[in-house]
Amino acid sequence: MFEIVFISTLNGILYGMLLFLMASGLTVIFSMMGVLNFAHAGFYMLGAFFGFEISRRVGFWPGLVIAPLLVGLIGMAVERYGLRRVHRHGHVAELLFTFGLTYVIQQAVEMVWGKLPVDYEVPRSLDFPAFTVFGTEYPAFKMFELLISVAIFLVLLLVIKRTRIGLVVQAALSHPGMVAMLGHNVDRVFMLVFGVGVALAAVAGVIAGPALVTQSNMAGLLGPILFVVVVVGGLGSLGGAFIASLLIGLLQTFAVASNASLADLFGSSASAGALQTYLSDIWNVTVAQVAPILPYLLLVLILIFRPRGLMGTRET
Amino acid sequence: MTRSDHVPVLQLAGLRKQFGPMEIIRGVDLAVGTGERHAVIGPNGAGKSTLFHLISGHYRPSGGSIRLRGEEIGGMAPQLINRRGLSRSFQVTNIFPRLSVWENVRCATLWAMGYRYSFWRNIERLADARRRTEEILTEINLLDRWRTPAGVLTYAEQRSLEIGLTIAGSADVLLFDEPTAGMSRAETDRIVSLIRKVSENRTLLMIEHDMGVVFDLADRISVLVYGQVIASDTPERIKANAEVQLAYLGTEAA
Amino acid sequence: MSRASDAPAAPVPDAGRGSFLAAYGIWIALAIVIAALPHIFSSGLALSMMSVMGTMIVFALSYNMLLGQTGLLSFGHAVFFGLGGFFAVHLMNALSGGEAPMPLIAFPLVGALAGLVFGIVVGAVATRRAGTAFAMITLGIGELVASSALILRSFFGGEEGISTDRTDLIQPFGLTFGPQIEVYYLIGAWCFVSMAAMYALTRTPFGRICNAVRENPERARFIGYNTQTVRFIAFSLSGLFAGIAGALAAINFEIMNSAQLGAAESGSVILMTYIGGIGNFAGPVIGAILVTYLQFTLSDITDVWQLYFGLLFIAVVMFAPNGIAGLLTLQEPLIRAGNLGRVSLYYPLAVVPALVALAGFSLMVEMTYRLSVGGSEMSFLYVPLNARAPLPWLAAIVLLGGGGWLFLRGARKVGQVYGDAVQEGLRR
Repeated sequence: MFEIVFISTLNGILYGMLLFLMASGLTVIFSMMGVLNFAHAGFYMLGAFFGFEISRRVGFWPGLVIAPLLVGLIGMAVERYGLRRVHRHGHVAELLFTFGLTYVIQQAVEMVWGKLPVDYEVPRSLDFPAFTVFGTEYPAFKMFELLISVAIFLVLLLVIKRTRIGLVVQAALSHPGMVAMLGHNVDRVFMLVFGVGVALAAVAGVIAGPALVTQSNMAGLLGPILFVVVVVGGLGSLGGAFIASLLIGLLQTFAVASNASLADLFGSSASAGALQTYLSDIWNVTVAQVAPILPYLLLVLILIFRPRGLMGTRET
Repeated sequence: MTRSDHVPVLQLAGLRKQFGPMEIIRGVDLAVGTGERHAVIGPNGAGKSTLFHLISGHYRPSGGSIRLRGEEIGGMAPQLINRRGLSRSFQVTNIFPRLSVWENVRCATLWAMGYRYSFWRNIERLADARRRTEEILTEINLLDRWRTPAGVLTYAEQRSLEIGLTIAGSADVLLFDEPTAGMSRAETDRIVSLIRKVSENRTLLMIEHDMGVVFDLADRISVLVYGQVIASDTPERIKANAEVQLAYLGTEAA
Repeated sequence: MSRASDAPAAPVPDAGRGSFLAAYGIWIALAIVIAALPHIFSSGLALSMMSVMGTMIVFALSYNMLLGQTGLLSFGHAVFFGLGGFFAVHLMNALSGGEAPMPLIAFPLVGALAGLVFGIVVGAVATRRAGTAFAMITLGIGELVASSALILRSFFGGEEGISTDRTDLIQPFGLTFGPQIEVYYLIGAWCFVSMAAMYALTRTPFGRICNAVRENPERARFIGYNTQTVRFIAFSLSGLFAGIAGALAAINFEIMNSAQLGAAESGSVILMTYIGGIGNFAGPVIGAILVTYLQFTLSDITDVWQLYFGLLFIAVVMFAPNGIAGLLTLQEPLIRAGNLGRVSLYYPLAVVPALVALAGFSLMVEMTYRLSVGGSEMSFLYVPLNARAPLPWLAAIVLLGGGGWLFLRGARKVGQVYGDAVQEGLRR
């Protein structure tokens, strides 16, 4: 029991930190530019596939640097030649633009790499158990993922607290809309923020790719959860995104590890009648099976009891 | 000389509004009599627009009370206050830009006509809404522009439309937030006579910077300085009030 | 724009004005078109394509009640489409054998009811917020329903879905609904009724207030309206019509699958509605027809048709935010001024280079695809070529670059000519 709790906690924190790696970029982009980048998970997927392609040819470590840089450049180009143009048509058009981008990224990935999972391997230098608890080996690569995401988290914190651009970001977070008063370099700031934001998502892709399945549906699987994170945390709140990332990471990991069902809890004497067939689905489903829907349930509950999200201050 | 009787239609008592540590409205007491034309003046940053946002439901007060015909409306949603007969205009033009002038005004008449959320009536068959829209458009002198999308009207025309939206419902208490801001002399004169016309048989509360307009229109003037009303009286007495001179009119009266 | 002020006061709208034909002519014409189409396009493929088109027209129009009319961007609209279909299928199965007095033609009502009920339930949560948060909530609820559908296997049928037999009901007037043509007319009739109803909705006080909320929600509150209530009613009603569309799909295919209430289906209705144009009632109709046609035909021509589809959508968002209907309405001032003929002579200046650039781009895409699936021999526009040879790549780059450059110049010229012509029309 304790073993499951320990391993699940570790996995949950890891998943949460990976989520936050993406949610942080998403939140900063949203606060500064007013755009919720629907394609964020698409850039994460690009990171994974670029990482795979580079690691296959040159090695994992160059991929860890080059793939995010490439994705960042693509992101900057998208901002410069796409988003900026759409901006004058309003937020709905911007959201639709990034939505279309998700669609195109997915189709392009399918076109180049196919629909089946690719063989993105854990680098040999990290392919060993980091430690053993209660007879379970915990892989070193996972510890590495955790280290990287915590390190980036700390660097981000430093950048935001200590640098000039960080001040701008902070100002944007507390007073959205004020960025417009920054003057002539606002375009460059936007481009940079968008590029860095999607590059962070790509980092998550590069390091999550070998541990999870690198496949053309990975953006579609993760994207909605990412948006749940930012809405539950409160749109535009970095602290809220952090808490929500960990919350959802832990929630899903623990649910997956649990095999209980309602039938286990209350016994299997479900009432008879016509409804029984339909209800039996609910009755016998295990917590692990509902794990995928838990984030969305959380979203609905949050909306009912706290419409602005955990730490949100803004109406829309 | 003043048209007001002694029954206040709108009464503020001890009204407060804080934003974080900043208290913008610091205990405002104000009574607006039925049928009165009441102007709120004061230096920039005195809290005039905040005061209007509180009365119209845009902001929720931090303390104190706002009574409309004796009923507490402080903290109510804007639409509920509007339905109780208090309507406001905005300092920054606030219209429906891609709808035609006609649709702008007609939308503003619908609630008061009782059509509410009706999705079973053909709007073109609503003769009363059509008549009312035509009346309003005639009143604000935009009838010949009825087909134009509101967003492409000239600034002065948009200001008139803003007033049109405010008076189109059945409200008899009107709040105008700087209706003449940014207008030429001739345009200001036109708006002033429009305001005079539409405020007949209604109660008017307005924020205005143009002292010519204020002394021309208002029956009573309240002076808001640093979140408090320091004087509320007839134009003559306000002019003569030493405190007001000191706090606000100082340079202009000199 | 300044026409009205130059002309003597234009007459204000008058309900009594206009003859019966002017008011209803277009609807009579539409009914005739729907009735006549199967006689013009009578092949089996055409009939099934037009049946799908009719379904999608209803679905896209219901979506535009949110996006175009009320300014609400939903990423979960297929939930109501799918649930409408599933409830229709289950009731059809429950009444099979033909004992109950409910003919097939009444089943879209089941979809409507399911769509409305779930629209009310979901709307109660989702419409508490507007803007971006609303969009994300609908996305989340869409995912919630889609993944729940995989768990509730007895209702949603798991991977293979739930099938039904539309002919196994009572059959008044000898209508068995076995042949596709009968199904086409059933869909056509419901499509016509739904279109008329949704059009009528835009011309009610509620419809106008939806527009006001779309334009400026804050101001709408200060003219007495609760914007949340407006969003809620719009959401529920649009669920109703999406449910009708879902039931029509269930009748047409005799099967419902949980994929039909998922993200892909929700995405597809966004695409067709927006490509058609959200600012005009006819826009989603055009979009549904065009996109369905492309879905039927493009998949035979290329394996990566969905990529083109996504790019078409992005191009519309960037360059023609009012969609195809928007481009068509741009011609209106020219028609009124009587110089459309002259101006349209310039259109090829932009269209031809655009097609050339598109050919270059699509050549690149097809060659990339060929290489990624591990071959090299292919043919493009009936020209056989080798995807590993440099020449086709060079040709593609020249076509794309040259075409793109000429397009930008041509488009600027067309823009100028258009602008001048409109100005000229206004002066007259």
